[in-house]
Parts: sequence; C-alpha cells; structure tokens
Amino acid sequence: MLLKIKSLFPSRNGVLPFLVCLGAISLLAGCTKEYIQQSTAPKVYEKILDNGLKVLVKPDTRAPVVVSQIWYKVGGSYEPEGKTGISHALEHMMFKGTDTLGPNEFSRIIAEHGGRDNAFTSRDYTAYFQTLEKSKLEVAFRLEADRMRNITLDEHEFSKEIEVVKEERRLRTEDRPESMAYETFMATAYTRSNYRNPIIGWPKDLDSLHVEDLRAWYDNFYVPSNATLVVVGDVEPVEVFDLAERYFGQITKPRTQPTENPAEPAQSELRRVEVRAPAKVPYLLLGYHVPVITSLDPAEDWVPYALEIAAYLLDGGKSARLNTALVRDQQVASSVGVGYGAVSRNPTLFLIDGNPAPDATLEQLESAIKEQIDLMRNELVTEKELTRVKAQIVASKVYEMDSSFYQGMQLGVIETNGLHWQLGEEIHERLRAVTAEQVRDAVRQYLVDDNLTIAVLRPEAST
Amino acid sequence: MIRTIAKALCLFGILSLDAIAAPDIQRWTLDNGARVYFVETHQIPMVQFAVGFDAGSARDPKALKGLARFVSDMIEEGAEGMDGETIALELESVGAQYSNGNGRDMSVFELRSLSEEQILESAVQVFANILQNPTFPANAMERIRDRMLVGLKQQLQSPGSVVSRAFYTNLFKNHPYSNPPSGEAEEVARIERGDLINFHRRYFVGANAVIAIVGDLNEKQARIWASKIVGGLPAGTAPDKLDDVSPSAQDDVLNISFPSSQTHMMIGQVGIRRNDPDYFPLYIGNYILGGSGLISRLSGEIREQRGLAYSVYSYFIPMQQNGPFIINLQTRNDNGALAEELVSQTVTEFVQRGPTQEELDAAKKNITGSFPLRINSNKKIADNLLSIAFYDLPLDYLETYSEKVNSVTLEQVKESFQRRVFPDRLLRVFVGGA
Repeated sequence: MLLKIKSLFPSRNGVLPFLVCLGAISLLAGCTKEYIQQSTAPKVYEKILDNGLKVLVKPDTRAPVVVSQIWYKVGGSYEPEGKTGISHALEHMMFKGTDTLGPNEFSRIIAEHGGRDNAFTSRDYTAYFQTLEKSKLEVAFRLEADRMRNITLDEHEFSKEIEVVKEERRLRTEDRPESMAYETFMATAYTRSNYRNPIIGWPKDLDSLHVEDLRAWYDNFYVPSNATLVVVGDVEPVEVFDLAERYFGQITKPRTQPTENPAEPAQSELRRVEVRAPAKVPYLLLGYHVPVITSLDPAEDWVPYALEIAAYLLDGGKSARLNTALVRDQQVASSVGVGYGAVSRNPTLFLIDGNPAPDATLEQLESAIKEQIDLMRNELVTEKELTRVKAQIVASKVYEMDSSFYQGMQLGVIETNGLHWQLGEEIHERLRAVTAEQVRDAVRQYLVDDNLTIAVLRPEAST
Repeated sequence: MIRTIAKALCLFGILSLDAIAAPDIQRWTLDNGARVYFVETHQIPMVQFAVGFDAGSARDPKALKGLARFVSDMIEEGAEGMDGETIALELESVGAQYSNGNGRDMSVFELRSLSEEQILESAVQVFANILQNPTFPANAMERIRDRMLVGLKQQLQSPGSVVSRAFYTNLFKNHPYSNPPSGEAEEVARIERGDLINFHRRYFVGANAVIAIVGDLNEKQARIWASKIVGGLPAGTAPDKLDDVSPSAQDDVLNISFPSSQTHMMIGQVGIRRNDPDYFPLYIGNYILGGSGLISRLSGEIREQRGLAYSVYSYFIPMQQNGPFIINLQTRNDNGALAEELVSQTVTEFVQRGPTQEELDAAKKNITGSFPLRINSNKKIADNLLSIAFYDLPLDYLETYSEKVNSVTLEQVKESFQRRVFPDRLLRVFVGGA
C-alpha cells in the first residue's frame, strides 16, 4: 500500500510507482539489500568491449546459479511530451520476436533451460534479466544479443501488446486510489522535469503511440555503448568476458543521440493537490525536492548520504522516529513510510506517506509529520540513535549478500545513472561517516516548506 | 543458429552438469516436542530463523475471525520486562530484523541476525522472550486493532482483495479455510485481551511448533539457540487436524458490483493437500495450463493472442487440507464475458485432452532445471525447511525433487486433472463493472 522506498534504490520495496514490468511476478520479492563487510567483499571485474558495451562481473559462488542483466540508459525521464510510456511499451515488445525467433520464443527457450526471465522499466533505466543454472549463461547472452539488434516490432503484435499495457495501467494505477494519488502528486511536484510523467505513460499517449515511434526509440537507445551487462554468480570473469565478446562484440550501431531531461526549476512555495477517488481510507503524500549524488558538486557530496541517514532515522524500522512518535505514541498514523534514493539520474523527492489512524485527520497527520521534520531541523540527533541506525546499515550490508539478483541490481542502477560501480563499494562507508550536524544541515536546507508538495486522497462519500 | 550454440556450449565448458546438491538437513526434536530443522552454511555471517505454529486463521474461533492475526501482530508489542518500544530498540540496535505473518494454515515469526556471538545472543534473547512470554498490553492492543480495521477498510477499495475474500468465503463455506487471515471487521472489533492470551496459550506450544535455522553456525550452536527460542514453550498438545475439505459439488457464480475499470475474476474449485499423492502431476500440469507466465496456455489465449489482460495465472495452493485451485485475471469491464469464455474453453480442453508430450518435456526441463534457483539463498533455504517441517514432508524432499518431477507421465497428468479438476463445477467470482 505504502511506498516504503527508502534508501539508495527506490525499487527495493515499493516497486509499484517506480517500476513497471513485463510480467506480473514480484520480481523483487526476496531481494534484500546488498553488500558485505569490506574484508570479504567479492570483487567486481570490469571490461569495456570495443563497441562500448560495459561488462561487469561479480563472482558469487554460494550456489551454481548465474544472474545476467542488461541495463539500457533509457526510461521515463528520457521521454518527450506526447510519447510517455514508450520505453515501457518497447520493453514489452522486446519479447515479441526477432528475425529468427517468434513471439515469446525468448521466454520459452529460457524456461526450457530451467531459467526465469523478466524485465522492468524505471524513470532512468530499462533492464532485462535472466536467472539460470550457471552453465546456461550463454543461452541468455545469445538471446539478449539477438534482441539488441534484430527485434521485429510487428504492427499486429504491437496492436495487441499496447492493449496489455493499458490493462497493466488499469490494474496498477487507475483502479488503485493511492496510485492515482501518487500519479497526481508527481505531476504536481514536478513542473518541467520528465519525472512528472508516469513510467507507464499517460492514457492519451498510449492511445497514440505507433510502432514506428518504438522503432526509432529502439534504434537510438538499444546500442552497445548505451548499455551495461551485469553478471553475478558462480562464474569465471574471464570466461564471461570471452562469451560477451563472442555474442555482443560484433554488434555495431550508431551512438545514442542524447536526450536531456529538462531541469526542474526551483520551487518557490508550497504546493497542494487533492485527489478524489472511490477510496475508503484517506492517504497523505509529502515530497521535498532534494539533490542526488549526480546533481551536486564534490564539496556538497555528503548531502545525499545525510538525507539517507535522515530517512533511516525517520523510518529505518519499528524503533525509528515516525513509527515511535506517530504510530505508537501519538497514534495519529495507522502506518507511515519514507522514500528517498540517492542514486538517480536527476534530482528527486524525499517522500513521506501515510494513512491516518481511524480517529485522526489528514491535517493532524500532516502536522505531526512536520513536527518531526522540525525536530530534526532544531535538535541534533543523539549519538546513541545515530549508532543504532549505523548498526542497522552494517547489518543490512551483510543481509544484502543473500541475494545475487540484488547485487546485480545495485551495480546496474549505479552504472546506468552515470556513476561508477565502485561507488557501490563505498556507499556504506559514506553512510557511516555522516555526522549529526550533517543530518541537521541537510534537513535545514532541503526539507523546507517552499520546497514541499502535499497530496491528499480523500475518500468520496460512500455510496 | 543451432550449430553456433552447440559450439559455444563446448567452448564454454558445459561440464558442470553434475547433480545439484540439495542442502544437508539436520533434524531433531526438543523435549517439549518442537521440531528443529537446520542447515549449516557459512558463506555469509548471518543466521536466518523461522518459527511456525499451526495457528493460522483456520484456527480462528467461529465468531472471532482475525484472532490469529491479532495475536501474531501483538507478539512484538510487549513481553516480560519489555514494552514494544524496547523490543524494537533492542533488536534494531544490533541490526536484527524481525517479521511476522500468517496465512490460513500457519503463523510464522522470522528473525534475521548477524552471526557474531554477542549480537546473535542478544537478538535471540528478545526473539525467545516475545514468543514465549508476550504480555499483550491493553494500549498496544487498541492500536493494533485500529490498524487491522484500517487494513480491512483498505481492502474494500481494492477489487483484487474483494474478489479474493469472496472467492474463499464461497469456496470453503463452513470450513475454517473460509476465514480471511485479516479477519472480519465486526469480529476484530469484539476481540478481548483474554482471547489473545488464550489463543497464545493453546497454540504456541512445543507440540505445535517447528523451527527452521539456516546460516553461519554449527549444529551445537543451533541446538542451543533452538532450545532458547522454542524449547521454553510448554509442551502442550497439537490441535486436532482440520476437517477434510470436500471437493466442489457444483458450479456457482457470484457478481459483485465495484467502481473499477477492470473486472477482477477468480475462477476455481477445491484443490489439493500439500502431501497429496497427486501433487507432482497436478503441479506440472498447472505449469502448462497457467503457471508458466507468458508461455502458459491461458496466457497464450488471453494475453498473447488477444491482449485482454496483463496478468493471467492459474495455481493450486496446496495446504494442510485441500486448498484452492484458482484461475485469476483482470480485464477491462467490457471484455469480461469474452475472457471468462476463453478461460472456460482452455480449462475444459486441457482437462479433456491433457498436455502434449512436447509441453510436458518443456515443463519438466524448466522445473528440474530451475531447481538450483529455489535454494540459492539462506532465505529461500529457510522457507523450504519451514514448509518441509510444517507439512511433514520427507527429509529427502529436496534431494528427490527432480526425480519425482521426471517420473511423471503424460497419462498421469491427464488422469489426475480429470480426477481433480471439474470444468462444470467451477466457482466463478467477478468484481467490477460498476
């Protein structure tokens, strides 16, 4: 229900608003956070092929399994007005056949090799993945290389698949009051940035998308130099590089014409929007415009880490501030969550959402949340609290190792957002270095009313 | 193309085709009857615990639906010498993660901790205390009740939740599997503190408990932690087995008007037990019918050929007694009738003729070939252990899994579907269209 999307990778929990996928499987279920203690961290091996394809390999020998993911630098934030949803529609069509394979044959072959496959589209990336027994990696490479250059984009197949996408939009957004509130909220908080548009696209754009639009999109973005191939599993890096060379090495396509995401002008006053839908439970969403790692000069690069810690302090567990104060003590919230991702192509939002407790109003919930923000602005967090949050971060770094999929996901997200995978090795150290003063200063600077958008979902009178 | 692959396979060395080792499971029973299942794995310095009780919503008293969930959610709200806030603080200050959940058969409590001795010790202390000595504080009780009631209200705004509740209620009728795990609002409203205490006393006992432990510790340590976590529970007795669920006797249709753009449909009937002799043929058959995502027959008809739905699946949910067999999809309101017709045709044809040899071979290749993917994390191994323990499956269940899949014949799939799935006795629930 709630977004629950704190931490560097917005896709961790609240998949819904941030990712749309090909199949209705919960691809991130069971995916925990990544990372291990520095001393035992498995290395990442990197090679860039002559055609510009970057290959990253992270050995993980716990099980005879390999995860292969290809990440393209394209998604909702690349899409011009009128063409929203095109990246996601193309993702669907990538399963609809190539010069040599019929519709869905890709998935059929992966399945026969004991594999699972799917794909997901976000604001800043489109990714395809296969999980297989380790000796089957080349099956994934052969098929993925094939559809990097040979997809059919058949008119008739498209006419059916765009209907599937519209059904997906009805399922995920239109018939879910809180998703509708989120969509309206984003379109209010952003005025120019493409982040204002839903990844799945506006209905009118889905109605007017044409297969030729997808062809142009594919030709421009599905190019080796615009992609990162990530492999995590029980593999030898050298063998993976050879295999990548064999299957992807010959692909030559013109370089991608870059597409800018228009910069979001600074907000000057608080914005409010009200959403009406056939809901039964009220819902509140607050979002402050905040920087991300890519958007700051080096002198200020501590800010995203301080915001991450602020998110942890507010909602890093049952002992965190929002649950303790709003749910447990004041009982104004039935549930409450925080979302922030420091790794993103462009500046993003620090999100807080919640449902009021039965006896509380949306207004009471809003002022209770603001009270907590004020507290962080006015008082330094105690050493004890900071230590607890950091202990959670250290532990989560160990737990993350339990999912090779998530380890790949982290490498892919970082690289695709224009950062170097090495950052992944540093993130936890940077988080642990954050001071109480930095948290306060980041809150003072960014979590302010002029920078805030608030959306409320008020249930319509029941019929 | 084919030749190229063959060559690549040789060059890359497809030598690792030796059988995938299933985890080595240790098993023992504590003095109070609690059963322990343990897998030792040292690659990551963490330990995963999962404790299960036969105390799901099927054990809810008749007029107190939601009691099992209420108890489960109250466990972390207070224990001997600790209030809810202290419990959260103590667990989180060592980075431990606690969670709970319950379905119809089972209530499950999980703990994940670093394996470092002191950290583990302190996390386990709290975990043991909350399971054994919960205090169900009155003020927390009202808060958790409110949260449950808000959750139930939220279900009313979700066509997917409405269809699921109605389906279970009408399929299982008077059987306790009709109880929704999240409860009924009027009954949740009248649950008293004494009900919580009694439920805990009755079901949180050694004879009714299983614990799975996976991670960076040896058997000796696992024995100590298992005894601390569940060894202190009174022995008690296991509850009587739930009544049998009789197979669906007739077809039935239910239309619920809902303000949504899609019609959500659940079509199905009474299915199978977890340790049913028909488990493997039905599982494989269902993979072909509607369990294999985009490449299933149902998806082919409804999504791929006609673009009618984003998500269309069929599945058996095998439980202690016969669980449901469900076909689930959502489609634009005006396509509802067509989608229903296609489901009906596809199921009827599948039951009559069974799968093709080609489909069966492909299904087996996927199910056996993906076996390593089922056990490639501590979390997944712990989930498997818990279900082996709870449903009392043989200890070599994982080891012999692929063998059992491979031995299923075409005739068995067809025959078991004909014996267990009756296309003329389907319950069909539709929510939407308003």
